[in-house]
Amino acid sequence: MPEIQNYTLNFGPQHPAAHGVLRLVLELDGEVVMRADPHIGLLHRATEKLAEHKIFLQAMPYMDRLDYVSMMCNEHAYVMAVEKLLGVEVPVRAQYIRVMFDEITRILNHLLWLGAHGLDIGAMTMFLYTFREREDLMDVYEAVSGARLHAAYYRPGGVYRDLPDTMPLYEVGKMTVHSEKDVAGMNSNRHGSVLDFIEDFTRRFPACVDEYETLLTDNRIWKQRTVGIGVVTPERALALGLTGPMIRGSGIEWDLRKTQPYEVYDKVDFDIPVGVNGDCYDRYLVRMEEMRESNRIIKQCVDWLRVNPGPVISENHKIAPPSRAGMKENMEELIHHFKLFTEGFHVPPGEAYAAVEHPKGEFGIYLISDGANKPYRMKIRAAGFAHMAAMDEMARGHMIADVVALMGTYDIVFGEIDR
Amino acid sequence: MDRIKDFFSTFLLIELLKGMAVTGRYMFARKITIQFPEERTPMSPRFRGLHALRRYPNGEERCIACKLCETICPALAINIELAQRDDGSRRTTRYDIDLTKCIFCGFCEESCPVDAIVETRIFDYHGESRGDLLYTKDKLLAVGDKNEEQIAKDKAADARYR
Repeated sequence: MPEIQNYTLNFGPQHPAAHGVLRLVLELDGEVVMRADPHIGLLHRATEKLAEHKIFLQAMPYMDRLDYVSMMCNEHAYVMAVEKLLGVEVPVRAQYIRVMFDEITRILNHLLWLGAHGLDIGAMTMFLYTFREREDLMDVYEAVSGARLHAAYYRPGGVYRDLPDTMPLYEVGKMTVHSEKDVAGMNSNRHGSVLDFIEDFTRRFPACVDEYETLLTDNRIWKQRTVGIGVVTPERALALGLTGPMIRGSGIEWDLRKTQPYEVYDKVDFDIPVGVNGDCYDRYLVRMEEMRESNRIIKQCVDWLRVNPGPVISENHKIAPPSRAGMKENMEELIHHFKLFTEGFHVPPGEAYAAVEHPKGEFGIYLISDGANKPYRMKIRAAGFAHMAAMDEMARGHMIADVVALMGTYDIVFGEIDR
Repeated sequence: MDRIKDFFSTFLLIELLKGMAVTGRYMFARKITIQFPEERTPMSPRFRGLHALRRYPNGEERCIACKLCETICPALAINIELAQRDDGSRRTTRYDIDLTKCIFCGFCEESCPVDAIVETRIFDYHGESRGDLLYTKDKLLAVGDKNEEQIAKDKAADARYR
């Protein structure tokens, strides 16, 4: 009798259920996965190497493009690393703005994750509902930075511009299908400042999360697809180097926002949700709860930002460009402006590692400077990369359809894994 | 008690019906879809879309060929050549933006000391052949001339934040 051999299957890079460009070589015994071997690198863009040839400011927009669903968190890690090397003070208002946008980004990321995870497992409606809320946050992104995704909003020393006092409105002339009354309804929460809009969002959002949970949390199909899938024990989670919701799903209370608070995270009140069983379902619950906690943080930041106006970027014009009015009136400021946009700033020799609690886990930037105006070396620590390494262990013994659920639970984005 | 509750909710599909109630409710709710080409979503004055070169009200082009935008451009998308004009002023003879390279970070606008190069609200431009997305000085000035009113309004709205 001929020996039955395992079947090898290429899952991706163009598989519709695979996220991005993941190529997963699966060794199958029937439908059971015997070995999962992730092949990465198809989206490699040499971000680290590019940064070595650019002044510090120029490398900033490239950070958006690493994990392209949590843009501002990537920027945050980068500017923090640069600030650490420079030893520059960031104005408190800028810190609150950053924290607020980190949390907005977290909600954005988790909403996309939830939609995509649902879609992968067959809950099509989720995608439509989460994108509805995402649209509001995208509008916030656009109002402050001018771009819906690749914000390029943070700067070494603060953030580029203060939050605007107006929120763009739907214009009746440009709305041909909706009636005037509809447009007035759509504009109802847009008449105030951006902060008013965000506050309105934080009031609406918990009900939206409740809605998502109504659709999924108790749903028997959802539970059948996620409970007991990809169980990671706390010990293995530590050994595999998991971070973020992946490790919290296994019951370990590890969150950089609490363990090494950066910016003003020690001044805001929030809790860290942790799971119990370490399976896909627990990680789902952790992320859902995280959205509620982020909502709480945003609310606190909005309250603080309302009553505390002030500068949003360092006044040190050797690092941060002067205001435009100053630049046009004052010769010295003009010189600073020209210097900063050509040569940039030189940072003292040394090395720095700055990590943020990215929606996916620990995202860190390790910078080595030799005193020049560009980094000598930049290393990106992407959370997804470490998670990817756990794929084999978590997928072994599961059915092939569970691999899709696993990829959803990893919250894979290839921009950061391949860099 | 819980057992009995669980038993009945399993067979009566309670949680599925609850979910269906949510989706059913939205069937009758106001639709949030924006019919794009006919309708447009709100746009911030900070929006970073297609580039434009601006002129002063007297028709003189603003750009003084200081090359700050060319230097700061992270993607090396801008190419500038310059010469002295007959009246002795310094002007560009060539100002190309390769929109296929551009990453729309807005640094050119940020660096420009005379507000010459700006990013406009236009995002639905297109090219039909390869060269169409290489915007030359003439094209950029044309975009600026056509949209000057909107550009001026946007820049004025955002001036106090910059």
